Amino acid sequence: MNIDFPHRQFAHCESGVTANLLNYYGLPCSEALAFGIGGGLFFAYVPFVKINFLPLTTFRIGPGSIFKKTTKRLGVKVGRQQFKDPRAAEQELDRLLASGCPVGAQTGVFWLPYFPPAYRFHFNAHNLVVYGKEGDEYLISDPIFEEPVRCAARDLRKARFAKGALAPKGKLYYFEKMPERFDVAQAAVAGIKDACWAMLKIPLPLVGVHGIRLLARQLAKWPVKLGEKDALQHLGHVVRMQEEIGTGGGGFRLLYAAFLQEAAELLQNRPLLELSERCTAVGDRWREFAVAASRVCKGRQAGPDAFRELAELLRHCAGQEEALFTDLHRAVSARTR
Amino acid sequence: MKKADVPQQSGLMAGCREVNYAVDDDGSYTLAPSSGWEAKNVALRHAWEAIIEQLEQELAAIRAGRKSPLSYHMVKNQMDPALLAKYSGIPRWRVKRHLKPAVFAKLDRAVLTSYAELFGISIEHLCRVPDVPDLALADFDRSESR
Repeated sequence: MNIDFPHRQFAHCESGVTANLLNYYGLPCSEALAFGIGGGLFFAYVPFVKINFLPLTTFRIGPGSIFKKTTKRLGVKVGRQQFKDPRAAEQELDRLLASGCPVGAQTGVFWLPYFPPAYRFHFNAHNLVVYGKEGDEYLISDPIFEEPVRCAARDLRKARFAKGALAPKGKLYYFEKMPERFDVAQAAVAGIKDACWAMLKIPLPLVGVHGIRLLARQLAKWPVKLGEKDALQHLGHVVRMQEEIGTGGGGFRLLYAAFLQEAAELLQNRPLLELSERCTAVGDRWREFAVAASRVCKGRQAGPDAFRELAELLRHCAGQEEALFTDLHRAVSARTR
Repeated sequence: MKKADVPQQSGLMAGCREVNYAVDDDGSYTLAPSSGWEAKNVALRHAWEAIIEQLEQELAAIRAGRKSPLSYHMVKNQMDPALLAKYSGIPRWRVKRHLKPAVFAKLDRAVLTSYAELFGISIEHLCRVPDVPDLALADFDRSESR
């Protein structure tokens, strides 16, 4: 019951899964396009949700959202299930595979044996496509790996029922029906407006550009508030959330710039090309922050001055993003059909 | 980021390559393979050092008879009592008690089995601890980052 599933490696798991599934069902789609249509770009600093016992900093919209929004905007009918009982979850997965349907699954990273050991930690919003089963092994297309991988049923069961923050509860998702016609351009406009709204307008201090500024304020206080050792742990964690395991670099900003470049052609909207370049500049700025932060971590000098300088870099990112998304919203609003 | 600037600084990725988004010479975006980036390696190594340090503290506490071997395996699996409770289905207050050597020594096989199965080790292995932290990190060299 193996499905001929074309695996492609991408930077990020969920947008990669979405793009690969769309591709399988006959809509050629890049990862960037899936990410953009799904309104993937985001920022939030949520100190009361802990990943690895440290505050959650995220550069993308919540787990499941990219797949949900992309398929909805393209008019794809999808099925989605969560489970209480691991045995039922496995039976349902086998049933779907037997019916010839590649299945998306949310898993924890910690229990997946094909991950390099150093990358295994309790992060539960990973996505992959299961496309077959041979004996006691599942065949998996994990978009952040170069080649398809295999995973023992026992390990996948553990990964699908990982516990803690963002627990997947065996979540499965799959395509039920493709629409007869797509309006990719309109879907892209909806995705862009969505990202602009999320970055600028959500009236919560934790999210969007407000969230970046909040992180800057808090980060400047870490050395005093947490002590040197914990401050460095917190800082290293921000860098990991920004750069590790598939953000495509610069906390998804470079991936989003690639999307804007594609959208410029799709929508015949030249201003988007310039905005794509500005988005690249923001991504590069975030990478500068990562370099500076890693230097502080490596040198173990958690002086208040070093952290204040890092906070200044973050404020700069916030300022650039505020201007970028304001202009982006204007650029697509003027052209909406 | 320019394609030529995509970093190739391998670290703890055990030979895996990921892709980065970068701009090629004529300004269009492409996917470029990367074998790692120093900024990221530093952050990752820093996180592992904290785990190793904590494991060393646990081992010292176990040798001194203040903690049970369970505390070592819990930290090795990057858990705290709350997360271990969720995974094992054993209430948190009981998990905390099991971290005491005297309570752990009297645990019955069923409870030991549920911990051992969760960690993917045998019961004998669960009741033992190594002399130094035994993390399977092939490329990890502590001297390098010091």
